[in-house]
Amino acid sequence: MSVAINIEKVVKKYGDLTIIPGLEAHIKNGEFFTLLGPSGCGKTTLLRMIAGFNSIEGGEIKFDEQVINNLPAHQRNIGMVFQSYAIFPHLTVRENVEYGLKLRKLPKEEIKKKVDNILDVVKITDYQDRLPERLSGGQQQRVALARAIVIHPSVLLMDEPLSNLDAKLRIEMRSAIREVQKQVGITTVYVTHDQEEALAISDRIAVMSGGVIQQIAAPYIIYTRPYNRFVSTFIGHSNMFKGRVQQQNGQKVVVFANGYVVPMDNLSEEATEGLDVLISVRPEEFALREGDGLECKIKTRVFLGKYVNYELEFPEDMLIPDQASIEFSQDLGHAEKILEIGETVTLRPNRLKINIFTADGSKNLIEGVVHYA
Amino acid sequence: MHKKKLKWDFWTAITILAILIFGLFLIYPLSALFMSAFQDPHSGQFTLDNFRRFFARKYYYETLTNSFLVTTTVTVLTIIIGTVLAYFMSVYKIKGKRIVELGIIISLLSPPFIGAYSWILIAGRSGILTKWLLTNFNYHAPSIYGFGGILLVLTLKLYPFIYLYAAGAMKNIDSALIEAAESLGCHGMKKVFTVIVPLITPTILAGALMVFMNAMADFGTPMLIGEGFNVLPVMIYSEFINEVGDQANFAAAIAALMVLITSVIFLLQKYVVNRKSFTMSSLRPMQTQNLHGFKSVVVHAGIYLLVAISLIPQIVVIYTSFLKTNGSIFLPGYSLDSYTTIFQELDNAITNTYVFSTCAILMIVFLGMTVAYLTIRRRTWLTECIDTISMFPYIIPGSVLGITLLLAFNKEPLILSGTALIIIISLTIRRLPYTLRSSSAILYQISPSLEEASISLGASPLRTFFKVTAYMMLPGVMSGAILSWITAVNELSSSIILFTGDTETMSVAIYTEVIRASYGTAAALSTVLTATTIIAILIFFKLSGNRGISL
Repeated sequence: MSVAINIEKVVKKYGDLTIIPGLEAHIKNGEFFTLLGPSGCGKTTLLRMIAGFNSIEGGEIKFDEQVINNLPAHQRNIGMVFQSYAIFPHLTVRENVEYGLKLRKLPKEEIKKKVDNILDVVKITDYQDRLPERLSGGQQQRVALARAIVIHPSVLLMDEPLSNLDAKLRIEMRSAIREVQKQVGITTVYVTHDQEEALAISDRIAVMSGGVIQQIAAPYIIYTRPYNRFVSTFIGHSNMFKGRVQQQNGQKVVVFANGYVVPMDNLSEEATEGLDVLISVRPEEFALREGDGLECKIKTRVFLGKYVNYELEFPEDMLIPDQASIEFSQDLGHAEKILEIGETVTLRPNRLKINIFTADGSKNLIEGVVHYA
Repeated sequence: MHKKKLKWDFWTAITILAILIFGLFLIYPLSALFMSAFQDPHSGQFTLDNFRRFFARKYYYETLTNSFLVTTTVTVLTIIIGTVLAYFMSVYKIKGKRIVELGIIISLLSPPFIGAYSWILIAGRSGILTKWLLTNFNYHAPSIYGFGGILLVLTLKLYPFIYLYAAGAMKNIDSALIEAAESLGCHGMKKVFTVIVPLITPTILAGALMVFMNAMADFGTPMLIGEGFNVLPVMIYSEFINEVGDQANFAAAIAALMVLITSVIFLLQKYVVNRKSFTMSSLRPMQTQNLHGFKSVVVHAGIYLLVAISLIPQIVVIYTSFLKTNGSIFLPGYSLDSYTTIFQELDNAITNTYVFSTCAILMIVFLGMTVAYLTIRRRTWLTECIDTISMFPYIIPGSVLGITLLLAFNKEPLILSGTALIIIISLTIRRLPYTLRSSSAILYQISPSLEEASISLGASPLRTFFKVTAYMMLPGVMSGAILSWITAVNELSSSIILFTGDTETMSVAIYTEVIRASYGTAAALSTVLTATTIIAILIFFKLSGNRGISL
């Protein structure tokens, strides 16, 4: 049976080096939960702690209420899908899938029934007698998935399972995985560094950095209301402007460095008058307007079909330093004209969409933004 | 806090077993030997007299220079012959390439002293060729005995090492590298010396080390054909046999010197190779080209001639085994008498050979696979120690290992001298490093996530090792083990010291028969060995599924 996973104040150390300093997460039964972060953020380490391949130096990991810290990996009843697939090359597709069932000493007929069924679910029935080396990457990944699911594991763990596939197959396999997971209804922990993949596939995402979870929330929330500057820039692009909170006509506003005022009615109480803040605007949250706004120059233009991406040049004192680029996406469905390189334009940020962070970027000042959902 | 506790499982047991085996049968005997090299034979006091004695008399210290002379000359010659041969075999289409390679491998794997013995039959004092030249042309052929003879036999036996290494390296040269060189305007000999030779140099150096160690340690060849030309292993053997009582301090001192030399060479080679090592893997190996006209004739003739000369010893031995003999005299006519004799009188030696080497190989395969797993997948300072120690036998000549084992185990509390066990142990210790290295290389190719996949599916780590890891390692390890089995079957230098009447092996029997000038029985025994070797090689090819042989 599928279980909930409770990760409580978990610590991972290699010698004196602390990789994960006390991490908390609660994964619901049947949920598709993704650990997303840059390489070296500790996501694979955490996954392997759940699997039992890494030791746990502090805290507890529980499957439902059972503490599994000292349970050997082979007794945890997990299904795991590896980045390298890890299909046994000396066994046929069918024998690979049977492997776990045989270890469980199930009756022959039952093994056959289960294997037939899962081969059908992942659509590899036609290849069942082949040796894995004669399968494509996508087919091998289906075998790996079937082999992990067929044993009805308590949890399904996937470590960057799609990163060895080409772009097109990745999208195809990602919906296949999602579909199979929902069909079987198994608690799944999925590790990836690919934000698009995470947004597409997950019920909830935990964004990790430096061994710490920055935010746990549904994909839509993660993108629209990131908890802090890291999440905002790691997922999608965010342009960061210097700003200050002020009070005008009894309403809170944020003021850009060039004096442009944006009235805000969704700021939290922490956003007090006179507070220096970061104004985070995504490329699609700008609109082209006449009159007052943010004046800038078009630096480069990339035509991408559905929209056009421009790189913008602002006066330096308006921006937070060290940003790779300041971008504006123009939706071609609504655009009246395409802008020319060198042209000076005025943009207005959408006040309902933009996010306001504390000056150090550690917290979102929009009301009701959740940290751990 | 988290604490690592010593868990009593299979792997702990293997660790302890490995430490026990290496400690008891390698470290302890070796240190005992080195200690006795610094001891006075009578008082047991610390002394350098044994070394002083060695360097005081030309008769002794000459063996050192002789050994060096033979070894370096052989190494240089084999590098030249082996590399040139590998170049032609890799670059051009050679007709009968498979047969040529089989011939090369047979001459490598046949017992070393058969070469010496059959060159004596051919060109010795009463050799076939010598007599023929004398009667027909009244020409006194130059003597085959001494430095020249040793050089001839060892070069012909050992160039295949270089060939196999160099040919393997050339297979790994991507043809794009060659094309890149040509596109930059580099071709002909310049291409060979600026691109191909540098690329294969590290590999050739590895082969050269093998040649050096083999030439240095070879006992049978110089013993039979060297006559007055003494080298270290022969000196160690005769001093050891001649010394009275069970004190062998002087022989121990010479042995210590020899191990010192091989260690220095070993470290030197490691140092050089580490400095210029790189990995190559070719997507598209070089294509062989067709040869035409005069060039084709010359290249083919050269290759065929070389392989024919290398195989002459085997052919002569097989031929003479079917001749009628009376002691050392070959009589006119053919017979199977020699075979009847060996199967009646030396059947013991034949059985021993197969039993000992098979026992040793089973031990080697088991230890090789499990210890390789320990040192790679369960790295601790202890397994790292085992890994380093397991390299020692590379640098210990067989005769030295034989002496150390004999000295260590001919007294209480553990008397093993004269038993079959001591011979099996020496075979195991000597060949284990090779299987260990190849097992490690294979294990590095197996992704740890395969094992984790098995564990995640519910197989315990131990079960996973046998069901997945060992299963996948086995084909590669077995084909390597067959090669080790062949060398174990042909082993002479340590068995000659460890054997007693009951534990005589075929190599030992051949050696003693040759010394007693019973050339017929020696030839028959050698033929049995050669046949065994060829059959084992064919099984190896069948098992490994390709013609590639790597050492």
